[in-house]
Amino acid sequence: MPWSKIKPEWNEPDFLRESRESQRILSYAEAVREALDQALALDSRVFVMGQGVDDPAGMFGTTLNLHKKFGPGRVFDTPLAETALMGVATGAAIGGMRPVYFHNRPDFLLLAMDQLVNHASKWCYMFGGEVNVPLTVWACIGRGWGSGAQHSQALQGLFMHIPGLKVIMPSSCYDAKGLFLSAIADPNPVLVLEHRHNFKHRGLVPPHLYQVPIGKGVLRKRGKDITFVAVSYMVMEAYRAAEDLAQEGIEAEVIDLRTLRPLDEEIILFSVAKTGCMVVIDCGWKTGGVTAEISALVAEKGMEFLKAPIWRITCPDVPTPAGHTLEEAFYPGKQEIITAARELLGRKRQIHGEKSENLRSWQSDGHRSSHPA
Amino acid sequence: MKIPQEIQIRLLREMLRIRLVQLKIESLYPLDEMKTPVHLCIGQEALAVGVCAHLTREDYISSNHRGHGHYLAKGGDLNRLIAELYCRETGCSKGRGGSMHLVDRSVGHMGSSAIVGGGIPIGTGLGLSIQMQKKNRVCVVFFSDGAADEGVLYESVNFAVFKRLPVVYVYENNQFSVCSPISARQAGENIFHSIAPHLMLTRKVDGNSVLEVYEAAGVAVDRAREGLGPSFIEGKTYRIRGHAGAGSDVHLGYRSREELAAWESRCPVASFRHHLLAESWISEESLAEMEKMINAEIEEAFRFAQESPLPCGEDLLQYLYRE
Repeated sequence: MPWSKIKPEWNEPDFLRESRESQRILSYAEAVREALDQALALDSRVFVMGQGVDDPAGMFGTTLNLHKKFGPGRVFDTPLAETALMGVATGAAIGGMRPVYFHNRPDFLLLAMDQLVNHASKWCYMFGGEVNVPLTVWACIGRGWGSGAQHSQALQGLFMHIPGLKVIMPSSCYDAKGLFLSAIADPNPVLVLEHRHNFKHRGLVPPHLYQVPIGKGVLRKRGKDITFVAVSYMVMEAYRAAEDLAQEGIEAEVIDLRTLRPLDEEIILFSVAKTGCMVVIDCGWKTGGVTAEISALVAEKGMEFLKAPIWRITCPDVPTPAGHTLEEAFYPGKQEIITAARELLGRKRQIHGEKSENLRSWQSDGHRSSHPA
Repeated sequence: MKIPQEIQIRLLREMLRIRLVQLKIESLYPLDEMKTPVHLCIGQEALAVGVCAHLTREDYISSNHRGHGHYLAKGGDLNRLIAELYCRETGCSKGRGGSMHLVDRSVGHMGSSAIVGGGIPIGTGLGLSIQMQKKNRVCVVFFSDGAADEGVLYESVNFAVFKRLPVVYVYENNQFSVCSPISARQAGENIFHSIAPHLMLTRKVDGNSVLEVYEAAGVAVDRAREGLGPSFIEGKTYRIRGHAGAGSDVHLGYRSREELAAWESRCPVASFRHHLLAESWISEESLAEMEKMINAEIEEAFRFAQESPLPCGEDLLQYLYRE
């Protein structure tokens, strides 16, 4: 597969897990597949549907041969009709099942927006809690090898906008399994957005059934100088940037959000309160997206903590180009994060100094009196 | 097929009840106390009643924005329907849904969609859930000619045929989408009437004849229960009132007074009432008694709704998720 040429396989950093019951290492795809395998074995209401879930590639290996183990009644291929099949999955969930609907790419979810946004996400609220929709939708963001404008969109900003829809984006093998199991067990619609590059990871995955809570971020690295808030694959880039910066004596704190909605506001604000500056890093677009929302959160609730402007690192606001030289320019990574951190810390020192000066002169000019108490 | 007298009287009673509920809604709607866009199904009662007469409480239906008739025919609670129109906490959707979003889980009404065609795949998915859980149930999907414009109908029916799902698609062809006649939107008759009979049963019936609807639906529901797969029933009917709100909209000029009058003279309730009287299966006296009882029930439902509390603003965020 050409994919194998894009990015070598590598072991995840050891995130110093508290419960290290197991030293077993799995690939990301194996972790996702194990979650499905265990969910199917545990609960007869769970079933897996989607175009190609029973084909020889098995959805990047995540559904590989599950149809042989659980039968074609519980793991089955679907027509390409994304609109109807999203509604079918929603209806099956309303009727008491726990569907897991696989989409090769988030780009194809756009065909299913009516059922996902107008129906599944609203059904519980719209009927005063009378009916709920325990639906899991899975899609994998593509990247590289000329996938281009319609096979590599990272649309989390779009989905994060929708009340009633939970959006999770794991970055580690451990979370890929644990969050997926939480999604399947959740009585509400949950969208799992994976990233193709995560599938090159190998990491610690305990063999037993466990859940990682939806709505909780995690600190991947502690630090006091600057906060990196990152999503999905960009967590790894942020972590590697933080490791390099440590060589220069800069201590960056790395937050892996894991869930975009509901957002773990506390972990972000707590960290920014400590460091006073933040870089927000997403693998999607900038305008109206994930980084915009997180920046707004800090501006609204943590302005007094900030000692420097917020810095956002995203893909630029253009469709993904196919050509590899343009692709290279399109995707930010570790180096952009390092550059941002250095720049921002410089500004933090400078602005913080200036700010204290300005504040003093502002107060002495009597500006305060213009604000009613 | 000879339909027993008792069933025929029940069909009339159900149609009359739906009609009287809607006339009452229509008469009070101008007071602006029901602050929700109502879509009346006056003139279309025979389809909901003739189909739902074959269903048990455990069977499912999927309904649409013009769904008062489906809700009542399936056995939905009348008090909670009217309370929903008044957007009260006691409404079937606790005032969160309004007229277009009705639900009564206790009778298998799993919610109605106001996105035209939106309920079609959901009903198909309910059919899938029945099949996977090996339950002796069926799901009826009600949709209109507007929904037949949508590609999701094709996608859904294909899936149901492919999986042999226990779903009955009931195409209520009322001939209008807002002010656009079907002749301005569709090239010819629905493509599913051309499907091979071994793949799916399709029928065209007079949607204003409750007996024709009842017979066709009986065959379709039985087939679904026997695991023979989906059916597709088109009932041609007519939207007597405007798209939304109360009263006639004939002054808008998109349809003629003659056309409307012709369809009004084919009223499904009046014609069936006439039929039962002519057969001497019901008397004027018992009809009057029936109407009196229904009206008393309706009065009580409106009183219940008007006296019910409105939802509190403080509870705005409630029900977004099931905990």
